[in-house]
Amino acid sequence: MAVVTLVVELKDKPGQLAKVIEPVSKYRGNIISIVHKREKRTPTGSIPVEISIEIDEKSIGKLVENIRSQGVVVKSYNEVRLTSTTSVMLIGHIIHTDLATTIDAVDRTGFAEVVEMHISMPYLEKPSTAMMTISATGEKKLKVALDRLKEVCMKKKITVIEPLELEE
Amino acid sequence: MIRIAIFGFGAVGKGVAKILMDRERMNRLIGNYSVVAVADSKGSIVSSSVNLKEALKIKEKNGRLPDGMNVIEIIEEVDFDVALELTPTNIDTGEPGLTHIKKCLKKGANVITSNKGPLVVAYKELSKLAERSGVKLLFEATVGGAMPVIKLIKRDIAGNRIRSIKGILNGTCNYILSRMEKERLSYRMILAEAKELGIVEANESYDVEGIDSAAKLVILANSLMDMDVSLKDVEIEGITEITPEAFEIALEKGYTIRLISEVSEDVLRVSPRLIPLNNPLCVHGTLNAILIKADLAGEIFVIGRGAGSLETASAVISDLAELYSC
Repeated sequence: MAVVTLVVELKDKPGQLAKVIEPVSKYRGNIISIVHKREKRTPTGSIPVEISIEIDEKSIGKLVENIRSQGVVVKSYNEVRLTSTTSVMLIGHIIHTDLATTIDAVDRTGFAEVVEMHISMPYLEKPSTAMMTISATGEKKLKVALDRLKEVCMKKKITVIEPLELEE
Repeated sequence: MIRIAIFGFGAVGKGVAKILMDRERMNRLIGNYSVVAVADSKGSIVSSSVNLKEALKIKEKNGRLPDGMNVIEIIEEVDFDVALELTPTNIDTGEPGLTHIKKCLKKGANVITSNKGPLVVAYKELSKLAERSGVKLLFEATVGGAMPVIKLIKRDIAGNRIRSIKGILNGTCNYILSRMEKERLSYRMILAEAKELGIVEANESYDVEGIDSAAKLVILANSLMDMDVSLKDVEIEGITEITPEAFEIALEKGYTIRLISEVSEDVLRVSPRLIPLNNPLCVHGTLNAILIKADLAGEIFVIGRGAGSLETASAVISDLAELYSC
């Protein structure tokens, strides 16, 4: 699941919002919030409405198409946000086993990124310890990214300490 | 009159004997009983009513029981209703407990055991054998010491499907990790401290490499989640690689590290994990803890002492009550 934010322009008369909500329900989306931006009324008198929806990534394109087919202007919809984040710990020779390729294992997936890393290396030649924060486009993707990271780390003899739950 | 035979007279056996000497407590629990045999690896006492106080005194003084029948001979020649199989664990062969338990079940005696070995090696075989013989095999003491786990899941939340069990099943590892967390000392130093306290087994790798935890996990998986797995199916990672800095960095993010045994439909694993500080599994010292997820009951959490003479004996006695509660 991913969270997507749509900005649509609705005419200021009854029944307009339903044209957006019905397709959302059709594609099994879950509406998280709806904000009417009355202060940003357009020259033609329409009101921009910002809607956040939790929905299967695969359905986003069809949803937008369907809303447009109702005659509603979809002003924008954002890229799928990285919605799932977790921290994992790495212990071992993290730097000297080419840190870049370790991080690449996650980044190259295309759906997950290493967004933060904190490394402690108190002694030369001794194993270092790092906390890596990974974000992905959804929980399942996060698990796949984590599996890729584990594979690479196993080859490099780096111990991976995973969180108790993928998302707390 | 319930006739009890005790096989194994080490820490757990002696703990059980002390509780059985408390007639008032035990009579109220299970009615009339007598101990008809006590045996250790070197000797035994067999009588229609063994004087446990005397047996403990002899064991204390000589380090062993007097020459007498061995366990096999007792099983073959002495009549008893229930055997308490409390001999030391061997997770490779299950012996000598495995042979003891099989013989007892075959002859139609109930068995209560604190010995992980036989269950890790042959759970399915033993449970089928018990069923065929119309007797019970109970083993609350094998996992989590005094903590109620087996009967809690089998009886108290019966009817639930168990989705997952995650737990801290080895007090020694938990002691080492919680001391590392507090003192920021190296694994080696804390291990040495634990050895001085006598809470590490002679063969430390059994604890710190996660094998003991894995053995308990196999018992949980087979007996409570209807799996058929063995020790080699468990993905095992111990705690020996963990650095003191690991705790520093983890704590900054609101985590600590604990050795977690986990079983669910697609996971069978013992490994160090990052535990949020506000998670109930973040327990300290030698404590054990277990977090059960069940389809009806939701989450259930148990915490308690995972080892110790009287603590483990407490679990053995609770199995006696399960069989003979009056």
